Amino acid sequence: MAEQHTASDCKQRASQGAGGSVSGNGRPNTAAGCGGGGGGLSGGLTQPAGWQSLLSFTILFLAWLAGFSSRLFAVIRFESIIHEFDPWFNYRSTHHLSTNGFYEFLNWFDERAWYPLGRIVGGTVYPGLMVTAGLIHYLLNLLNVTVHIRDVCVFLAPIFSGLTAISTFLLTRELWNQGAGLLAACFIAIVPGYISRSVAGSFDNEGIAIFALQFTYYLWVKSVKTGSVFWTIGCCLSYFYMVSAWGGYVFIINLIPLHVFVLLLMQRYSRRLYIAYSTFYIVGLVLSMQIPFVGFQPIRTSEHMAAAGVFALLQAYAFLQYLKDRLTKQEFQTLFFLGVSLAAGVVFLTVIYLTYTGETAATMATQHHSLAQHMPSLYFSPLPLINPIKPVILNLDTERLFDPVLSAFAVYFAGVMVRLMLTLTPVVCMLSAIAFSSVFEHYLGDDMKRENPPAEDSSDEDDKRNSGNLYDKAGKVRKHVSEQDRPEEGLGPNIKSIVTMLMLMLLMMFAVHCTWVTSNAYSSPSVVLASYNHDGSRNILDDFREAYYWLRQNTDEHARVMSWWDYGYQIAGMANRTTLVDNNTWNNSHIALVGKAMSSNESAAYEIMKSLDVDYVLIIFGGVIGYSGDDINKFLWMVRIAEGEHPKDIRESDYFTPQGEFRVDKAGSPTLLNCLMYKMSYYRFGEMQLDFRTPPGFDRTRNAEIGNKDIRLKHLEEAFTSEHWLVRIYRVKKQENRQALDHKLRNVAAKQKYTSKKVCISCLIIVVIFKYRFFFFFSIGYQMFMQ
Amino acid sequence: MSLSVIAVISRFLEEYRSSTSNKLKVIDAYLLYILLTGAFQFLYCLLVGTFPFNSFLSGFISSVGSFILAVCLRIQINPQNKGDFLSVSPERAFADFLFAHTVLHLVVVNFIG
Repeated sequence: MAEQHTASDCKQRASQGAGGSVSGNGRPNTAAGCGGGGGGLSGGLTQPAGWQSLLSFTILFLAWLAGFSSRLFAVIRFESIIHEFDPWFNYRSTHHLSTNGFYEFLNWFDERAWYPLGRIVGGTVYPGLMVTAGLIHYLLNLLNVTVHIRDVCVFLAPIFSGLTAISTFLLTRELWNQGAGLLAACFIAIVPGYISRSVAGSFDNEGIAIFALQFTYYLWVKSVKTGSVFWTIGCCLSYFYMVSAWGGYVFIINLIPLHVFVLLLMQRYSRRLYIAYSTFYIVGLVLSMQIPFVGFQPIRTSEHMAAAGVFALLQAYAFLQYLKDRLTKQEFQTLFFLGVSLAAGVVFLTVIYLTYTGETAATMATQHHSLAQHMPSLYFSPLPLINPIKPVILNLDTERLFDPVLSAFAVYFAGVMVRLMLTLTPVVCMLSAIAFSSVFEHYLGDDMKRENPPAEDSSDEDDKRNSGNLYDKAGKVRKHVSEQDRPEEGLGPNIKSIVTMLMLMLLMMFAVHCTWVTSNAYSSPSVVLASYNHDGSRNILDDFREAYYWLRQNTDEHARVMSWWDYGYQIAGMANRTTLVDNNTWNNSHIALVGKAMSSNESAAYEIMKSLDVDYVLIIFGGVIGYSGDDINKFLWMVRIAEGEHPKDIRESDYFTPQGEFRVDKAGSPTLLNCLMYKMSYYRFGEMQLDFRTPPGFDRTRNAEIGNKDIRLKHLEEAFTSEHWLVRIYRVKKQENRQALDHKLRNVAAKQKYTSKKVCISCLIIVVIFKYRFFFFFSIGYQMFMQ
Repeated sequence: MSLSVIAVISRFLEEYRSSTSNKLKVIDAYLLYILLTGAFQFLYCLLVGTFPFNSFLSGFISSVGSFILAVCLRIQINPQNKGDFLSVSPERAFADFLFAHTVLHLVVVNFIG
């Protein structure tokens, strides 16, 4: 009897809990605990709470699967290969780590990059990515699952996308409710903004960094909510992982102090906030300095000063609160004035000290903007199509305030730099999920809600115990719920179903759009090019790998290859040769030297190449197939960078026609037509006729017939040209042994010489004596000795 | 300012002596000790110089960290603040304190060089 009573009681509570979970905050623990205790074996399948958690698990699993599969286009269409440029360096470092061990990697000095300078890899790289891949590879091989390190690297980002979905679910559930959390997880699994940086093969920092970001935010919100040091230390450890993974950790270390600051401004200070932020700042600070690349930056650079400032402010505020509680108002005022004046003095001195020893912001504007991804963005398709309804959040709680702060800053940064669209993506996913969840709860959960408010009063007492001070004024929550009841009376079932159908269609279109964008825009390995013929069949252009492997197999192991910095990582990764400059671009003067060599005429360039011990020069030429990313199109950047360092030798205006055009045909400027890059690109191209309509030497990318067809190279010789002339490699000839003389040889007239016999014979005697001098000396000596 | 600063401070000290429990006073004494160690390290750094910087930083942050963690512990076990910390019992607070110290000191020892 008692069991039946408790079972029915539990069922009622559980149903309220299930209905309430869509609208209120999901409390599966109370309902599940109740259901588990009262239901026993018979009620196992009919408990809503059990279904709820099963549903959540299934949805999250499917989100992981969707995210993983959606990123596999490139692997299915081509092969399991590392894409682009930067991932090749990451792959090479991970390979070094997996073959040589962790300390060898941390202390690695790479002498095969930036010849002759070398690169201190351990101190200039964020090791999180390599360590993660290396660790997974090590663990799998320990279990005798022999996966190659390349496959681990290729598939790392898709696997972590699933983890990102789960951490987004956790974060949104903390901020809103479980339904919104599940929606957010599904959105972020397939949203193009995130996929663009985490496809299979794109082995780059963002793949794991977004996961670390979301997880850190989740732990932060959790620690502010509970005020427990355990969660805060968890947040610090997650922050440490984030610092090791990506330079974007600065985003976290500015956003969390900003959140705290806004809360202080809004008079929402609480002891939990103090505990959370103080512990996070200090332990996070010392953890972040363990990464060699970060070093002492957290206490030196201006980007980290906001966190320190808020920390100091919070200490002062907390101390003042403590005093306020214990002193009368007058006493407090006295101390307050004293404290304020002291603080002002300290701040003043600190500002003076900081400006005196101020750090200079070193910007390489030319190089910075030459990267397309650093340009300000145009908002287009990568943003989710859905975000029409931003919920008007009436009661902004402590942790819910986190969301608008986060979104405001993410929008600003995404507008400044295209690449940072990535930081905006999780925020937009969460906000959209909240919007959709609110709409769905509004239009789906009505009938249940009308029954709930009177019954919730009693069950809410339990919830309040667990939730603590989630809502500052409990009364406000009730009003919000009951306020919504009144206008809902007028909504009929028709409107509800129409709106629900509309929302579902919107979501389906979003999923289709995401998949389409992923398939078309973000699934190219860019190492392998593909073009499609008019009958639909595919034409693969594998010139890059052809050329790199030629280098790998046909050149000396210590040969040095000069190319523009874009290809440095790929040459180092695939061809395994020493490069002069690569994508790290840490030394502008060195890059300018290479640029100068490419822009000068052949003799001047030869001097530079001799001084840098260059053996091979590699260029990309797209004129045969119409590839627009080749070196002639990048040429002006080479000139600009070279001009920055050598303004007397290189002038950009020299390479333009008098009318200001950049032309490669006969009307082009003579400096351009005689520079090394031009000669190398178009060597023997004048003999090539691509089809009958165009003359020989017709450049398909520039749509022009080249001006200088009869190119002769004096100091270089062609070593290799790939199948579609995409990659051209030239060998730098060594200097000749003897310099060719400029003047005529001296003409010695042959004169008849008279040599007397006497001179001849005496010469002969002297030579004989000289030849057998030892015999003579010995014999003379012997005779003298014997006598 | 009808009351002088000294009068205020002396009244505060008197009130502190009478109203705080012994448990909290022990923690406060520990806080004072940590504060002194931190101050001495900073003074040493000002006098002798910052080399090696990582060692100074790790020692100083260890002091500051211990201070902050002790303050957190004090806040969490203060019975007046029980309403703020419904999920954190005093025993849990102390366990968190130990865990946080373990992490802090592992990192400090790694950083000290």
